[in-house]
Amino acid sequence: MRADIIRLDDLQVRTSRPRSLAPAGGCTAKRCGAAAGDNVLPEATRARIQDHPCYSEEAHHYFARMHVAVAPACNIQCNYCNRRYDCANESRPGVVSERLTPEEGARKVLAVASRVPQLAVLGIAGPGDGAYDWAKTRATFELVHRRIPDLKLCLSTNGLALPDHVDELAEMNVAHVTVTINMIDPEIGQAIYPWIFWQNRRRYGLEASRILHERQMESLERLRARDILVKVNSVLIPGVNDHHLVEVNKAVKARGAFLHNIMPLIAAPEHGTVFGLEGRRGPTAAELQAVQDACGGGARLMRHCRQCRADAVGMLGEDRGQEFTLDQLPEAPAYDPTERETYRAWVETERADRRAAVEAADAAAEAVPAPPLLVAVCTKGGGRINQHFGKAREFQIYAVDAAGVRLVGHRRADNYCLGGHGDPDRLERVIEALEGVPVILCQRIGNRPRNCLAAAGIEAVEAHAEAYIETAVAAVYADRARMDASATA
Amino acid sequence: MAYKIITAQCTVCGACEFECPNAAISLKRGTYVIDPSLCNECEGFFDAPQCNEVCPVPKTCVPADAKGRAARA
Repeated sequence: MRADIIRLDDLQVRTSRPRSLAPAGGCTAKRCGAAAGDNVLPEATRARIQDHPCYSEEAHHYFARMHVAVAPACNIQCNYCNRRYDCANESRPGVVSERLTPEEGARKVLAVASRVPQLAVLGIAGPGDGAYDWAKTRATFELVHRRIPDLKLCLSTNGLALPDHVDELAEMNVAHVTVTINMIDPEIGQAIYPWIFWQNRRRYGLEASRILHERQMESLERLRARDILVKVNSVLIPGVNDHHLVEVNKAVKARGAFLHNIMPLIAAPEHGTVFGLEGRRGPTAAELQAVQDACGGGARLMRHCRQCRADAVGMLGEDRGQEFTLDQLPEAPAYDPTERETYRAWVETERADRRAAVEAADAAAEAVPAPPLLVAVCTKGGGRINQHFGKAREFQIYAVDAAGVRLVGHRRADNYCLGGHGDPDRLERVIEALEGVPVILCQRIGNRPRNCLAAAGIEAVEAHAEAYIETAVAAVYADRARMDASATA
Repeated sequence: MAYKIITAQCTVCGACEFECPNAAISLKRGTYVIDPSLCNECEGFFDAPQCNEVCPVPKTCVPADAKGRAARA
């Protein structure tokens, strides 16, 4: 039987593609594991994920999420986490600047919902563990659900305490749960988890990892039984679980996980984590990709995760948390649903238009006789080329070849341009981040960065400002193929 | 005898508050404190004091001496 994890970039964006265009499956140089059977989602499932930016790649162009940091207590210690550390400029899970009570959290959600019409999801992702710090998680969900019933509720957890709360989650209509699972072998777990707190005692070593593993698997089974969609996050830790994640992928798929998100370890000595202090490094982009490809031939994986903070607010690539700190929140925010409703109505029409454009772009790319190309994109959302190069905090990376145009990842690049002036040091880092990517599409770019990029062999293109990303990528692919052909003629 | 929280190291996660079987721990002016008149080091409930078992920061929930200062081993 086919496992039911679905490759994200094959969801809405690609489902209308004629199947005959897709390779038969398995791993080819062009496109891995895109067997047609995986692409078909039951309509009910599609409806459940289509507005969730973390579960649907298409949705991440349109919809925003927010986390409220109401659950600071945790029941396990991970070697990649140091909860004493906190920095407003760091983007990584577990990190948060301001802890909120459930009442404050609900106030913040109302304020954000009034000002960010893209808001579709409220997640609780710590900074500890939301299933362990359950009273606060539940209170927050209840308060928010009473005021904004259509906001999707989402929980992210290590799974140790989760089995006890699955029934309540189902009753509260929490339809999405993410469980972080880094191992299915307690021997490997020992190197990741020094201890857990379980049944009133701290447990260490093999015993700790065995209990955690059993509870995580039980979590998956119970979530499946209650029809809650499950995403599994795994942290890729070079030298610890890099060869093991393929086994994790099989185990979680077999227990009904819908998506598997393999994320790179973030470790630096200044974070004060065990891995950071040991000098353990995160994986390179190529190592990450290799593990992702090894898991089901590149399919059934989430590629657009931004590893956001436990108090992030906004579209996935951005964090507007600083605009909504407690001191800026009104005492009793008024919530007017009109703007969110208007936005949703617009998305419905825009989405249909974009799907048609993506299909046309795929067809156009198929006819181009050229080797695969990577293209970087500056976008603020909506699936369009609509961001100034200097304003980009990240570049989305698209691959294009005869199989079509698809998102393959993103690369961090802190804004080159600050207060109207470019920073040459930052530009150097941007160029490093773009290694292997010969083209960047942006709405606008200054002459100086354009020339510097050109000197590094990277072409900056403004000609497709405001176009759909896929349309622009396919056009650039065709243009470059034509130029290559005339250069060799 | 009672336990005590070293405020400077506490991350204010609150796990100790809800694990404490004596309800001896509460948030006071932004930090968690243990009421020594309620704390009995979990005797009769558990093998080890729960605040220290669950606390993510080493040596932060510690036995206090008779004057309420942290009694360092």
